[in-house]
Amino acid sequence: MTNEVSIIDLVKVIRSKNAGPFELTFDIIFKDKETYEKVKKTKVITKELIAKVYHIPIEKVLHFVEFDPANAIKATIVRPVDSGSIGETDVYGAQQHAPLLEIKIPYN
Amino acid sequence: MKEIRVLSPVGMLGYGFPAESFQKGLEKKPHVIAADAGSTDAGPHKLGAGVGIVSKEATKKDLTLMITAGCENKIPVIIGSAGGSGAEVHLNWTSEIVKEIAKEKNLHFKMALIHAEVEKDYLQKKLAQGKIKPLGPVPELTSKDIEEATRIVAVMGVHSHIKALEMGAEVIIAGRSNDPAMFAALPIKEGYDPGLALHMGKILECGAMASTPGTTSDCMMAYLREDCFIVEPTNALRKCVPSTVAAHTLYEKSSPLHIIGPEGVVDVTGCKFEQYSERAVKVSGSKLKKSETINIKLEGASKVAYRTICIAGLRDPIMIKQIDECEKHVRKTVATYFSDIPSQDYRLIFHIYGKNGVMGELEPRKEITSHELCLILEVVAKDQELANTICAFARSTLMHYSYKGRVATAGNLAFPYAPSDIPTGAVYRFNIHHLIKVNDPDELFSIEMIEV
Repeated sequence: MTNEVSIIDLVKVIRSKNAGPFELTFDIIFKDKETYEKVKKTKVITKELIAKVYHIPIEKVLHFVEFDPANAIKATIVRPVDSGSIGETDVYGAQQHAPLLEIKIPYN
Repeated sequence: MKEIRVLSPVGMLGYGFPAESFQKGLEKKPHVIAADAGSTDAGPHKLGAGVGIVSKEATKKDLTLMITAGCENKIPVIIGSAGGSGAEVHLNWTSEIVKEIAKEKNLHFKMALIHAEVEKDYLQKKLAQGKIKPLGPVPELTSKDIEEATRIVAVMGVHSHIKALEMGAEVIIAGRSNDPAMFAALPIKEGYDPGLALHMGKILECGAMASTPGTTSDCMMAYLREDCFIVEPTNALRKCVPSTVAAHTLYEKSSPLHIIGPEGVVDVTGCKFEQYSERAVKVSGSKLKKSETINIKLEGASKVAYRTICIAGLRDPIMIKQIDECEKHVRKTVATYFSDIPSQDYRLIFHIYGKNGVMGELEPRKEITSHELCLILEVVAKDQELANTICAFARSTLMHYSYKGRVATAGNLAFPYAPSDIPTGAVYRFNIHHLIKVNDPDELFSIEMIEV
């Protein structure tokens, strides 16, 4: 039987941060290798999901990479406004991760 | 066994670190002590206005410990991205602090200042020759961008740090530097693998951040060998585990697989992170793919406006329900009243906390569930006077707007401060974030030797 599990229960880290002034990067680092591999297999976390969660066109997701040595999935998007420019809401980009915490993973 | 040891006392010069941790690091006999003093994280204002990220006192406190230890033990001390943004004003600020310390402690040494601010005429020539291209999602550079920038810096790699070491510098105060450069310079000069050295620098640049519990305000020691490097926090309360070091490899970068810098690209795809001892992690497999041409990053900031803000709380449930309509009314009333002022001369921004204040257009939740909201009314305009005027008008319009169903007729906003309107001065933006192709990094970075 497959249950849905909150991603919060599977990770060590979910964070957002500037990657330079023009990009915003998200790190999802799983608890251990086993959890990471299981989540990867579900193919729930994709470039498309990142675009959907943030309501942005997929071209604005610049990188989407699974990084095995860190048991991590990383995505980078174009910042809505370049860091600190007029219209900014989060200069360091450190509080843009929250919608990712709502991801549910089918997990058994 | 061949080994070179690098001590990173702190992730950001001026953040402070425990003296005991630093002492423990010195007992391991480091060959170089280095720290990063800069970042673009705090936004374009630091570079644009020529101010620092941390206070003078805090910078002096950290530098005193580092320079005193360096002089006593004959260990070179390297500071990168001096003063926060590494332009001339920042370099001079840091160099004055170093001179003050030397005078107070009666220390004498050879100091190298590495300049990183770029002349506009030089850049205009390079632009005309087609040697400048965008870095990341930014438009092509124009001659006007160069003209408008208040300051432009180039980001140096290990090349200039190595050169300063070869010239006999005991203390190096460098302008804007690539984060790993000050840690990797001496090892690369001594013939160690540049891929490993740069990856090591990337881990060290944030102090003890790559340990658990992680922090930028504590010391990290690295041992670089021929085929690997080992990192260990000097404070016994912290430890490195493979996941913390691997996680830091991703930190603040757009792609985790490649660490891109002036030397080329460090490929970490095949990296191994292993527990080496109880608190230390061994990293191997990082490989530098040298770039065939020399491409140096440029950063520039230009002044774009002046800002005035007004902070106000909202607690009335009837008004909270209609906050979008209230915003519309204020915008319309402002536009009508100031119809003689061209609309491009000012901008009105509503930051509504409790709605989408943190995420703006990225916020997926649309409904408001809070019983109170915080509003930051922001006005940016072509001069401070106009920003003040429009902010005051918008504030009083909203304060007394008779929205539908209003029963609280005394006023709509709770101001935590008097005066309610706060002019915050000039607003900058990063208008240059490009790569310049050069034949020799010395075109951009000059070294000045001073006997202190």
